[in-house]
Amino acid sequence: MTTTDSRTTGLAAPSTIPHGTGAGFVTASLQSAKRTILQFFRTPQLLMLGTVQGALFLFMFRYIFGGAIRVPGGLSYVDFLVPGFLVTGILWLGMPASSGVAEDATTGVYDRLRSLPIPRASVMFGRSLADTALTMWGLFVTAVLAFIVGYRLEADVLDVVLALALIVLVAYCFSWVFITIGLISKTAQAANGMATLLVIPVAFISAAYVPATTLPSWLRPVAENQPFTVFSNALRSLTLGSPRAFGIGHTTTYWVVLTLIWCAGIFLVFSTIAIMRFSRQR
Amino acid sequence: MAPIIEAEGLTKRFGDVQALDGLSITAESGHVTALLGPNGAGKTTFVSAVATLLRPDSGTIRVAGVDARTDPKRVREIIGLAGQYASIEPAMTGTENLRMVARLFGLGRSDAHRAADEVLERLDLADAGDRLVRNYSGGMRRRLDLGASLVGRPQLLLLDEPTTGLDPRGRQDLWAAIRDLVAGGTDVLLTTQYLEEADQLARHVVIVDHGRVITAGTPDELKDQAGRNVIEVRPRSAGDLPAVEETLAQIGCEAPHTDMDTQRVSARVEGGGDQLRDVVRLLDERDIEVDDVGLRRPSLDEVFLAVTGTQLDPSDTDPDPQSADADAA
Repeated sequence: MTTTDSRTTGLAAPSTIPHGTGAGFVTASLQSAKRTILQFFRTPQLLMLGTVQGALFLFMFRYIFGGAIRVPGGLSYVDFLVPGFLVTGILWLGMPASSGVAEDATTGVYDRLRSLPIPRASVMFGRSLADTALTMWGLFVTAVLAFIVGYRLEADVLDVVLALALIVLVAYCFSWVFITIGLISKTAQAANGMATLLVIPVAFISAAYVPATTLPSWLRPVAENQPFTVFSNALRSLTLGSPRAFGIGHTTTYWVVLTLIWCAGIFLVFSTIAIMRFSRQR
Repeated sequence: MAPIIEAEGLTKRFGDVQALDGLSITAESGHVTALLGPNGAGKTTFVSAVATLLRPDSGTIRVAGVDARTDPKRVREIIGLAGQYASIEPAMTGTENLRMVARLFGLGRSDAHRAADEVLERLDLADAGDRLVRNYSGGMRRRLDLGASLVGRPQLLLLDEPTTGLDPRGRQDLWAAIRDLVAGGTDVLLTTQYLEEADQLARHVVIVDHGRVITAGTPDELKDQAGRNVIEVRPRSAGDLPAVEETLAQIGCEAPHTDMDTQRVSARVEGGGDQLRDVVRLLDERDIEVDDVGLRRPSLDEVFLAVTGTQLDPSDTDPDPQSADADAA
């Protein structure tokens, strides 16, 4: 075979490639993140889901359920809805990360990465950065639609910037939950199932889409104290100016601080589990 | 110089499965070492242990003298791993994939670009470098996967069933690439279920089963262990088959075997050339015309059968690459 021969001679020539002794934490994280982001934008199914899903749901809530939902304090439903909708969008948009991680774990991609001379945690940090960026992309599209369907901000610039920062923070911290689900699942389908089982109750048993006061009394304590209600209320407080007007009971500072505490807890617990799970030698 | 791999007394248990059961392997630098065994023999588990992906329950592994347990990071600087799955990103181009891995190996941007180009060239993928990997054929993906472990110029390449599931052409191409690497000075440990692959590529073959080494040596030594040479005769007319069988029965040390499909009669013999000459003379005396007569060494298949008592037939195994061996890991 002539091709074999020519290749043999080509190879005997000394290579000019230096021997690699491994990338540092930042480079390794960014390279891992880049892979996830390219994967998203070049896989039509992922791109479609991550881009239009939020917009589709917003349209339905705004125009299909919205007419039947009354919120206290004379607030229009769309103004009530959008902060909660954006924050729960973190759940819906973050969900596909679980099956993505599970797939990388089962197809040998992670074994390859674990065999490289890089800090193993960097692979997971890269993933969380990329997932956050992708979630923010989906939320950006949703937010544009929110303004189109009538949402208006009543806040000063500083509060809006703070609101945006909180969304990024929640998205980042919660991405670790989906990564953890992906790592502990044996298959991509199982990961998707587990993520769905988590997302549906957390998104709906909350004050994100309807005021918690409208829930039956036995469900209210759950809804009022779970993190996505806290996040929703923090965003409402920041973007609507007067929290007391629609019965969320506390000051903006209260909700923001509580959000920060929840985020820190979620991040610490799940990033620890994920990194230990990824880095362990079986 | 320390052997490139020195493993001693490795054990690893997954639940009820004893994946490694006192495995000891030494692979010297300078040639391909092949780990040959059926699914579930412990091959993937061993490779994973060398790659520091799993920790054996007991035993030691040294890679180029470095202890994998106490200094895994340095072991990772020495090895490159390519597996039975093509672990490259389908949504990136060949070039992008290689550049990414090169950056992860710690190369700077321009070195990474150069490394990617050089490896693509070497693996005959230069023309496909700008195409998304999802449009590659299976053989091209495997070659790129191999390339991804080369961009960091590892001293030791671990190839876990690199050609499983490839068509013959893809296998040939990958073999050529592996031979090139060895010629370029890279040490290779490869696992395979294909005896032919071990025979073609490796100078040191270790046969494993049930997590233990059954036997080891060069392909020739192993063939010697399996013992006798075989004389094979194919008569011109099928009608002569019984007569040929009779002739071989006089020379061979065991009853000859007639294969009706290939119209060949074969018999194991004590010795070689002298016996072949006798067979030719006898056939001549009896006026039997032959198309083919020859002496051949036992194949590695026969070696495997002789040492393990079971047939190794990869075509018979689970087509799912993630079968017993992989699960065990």
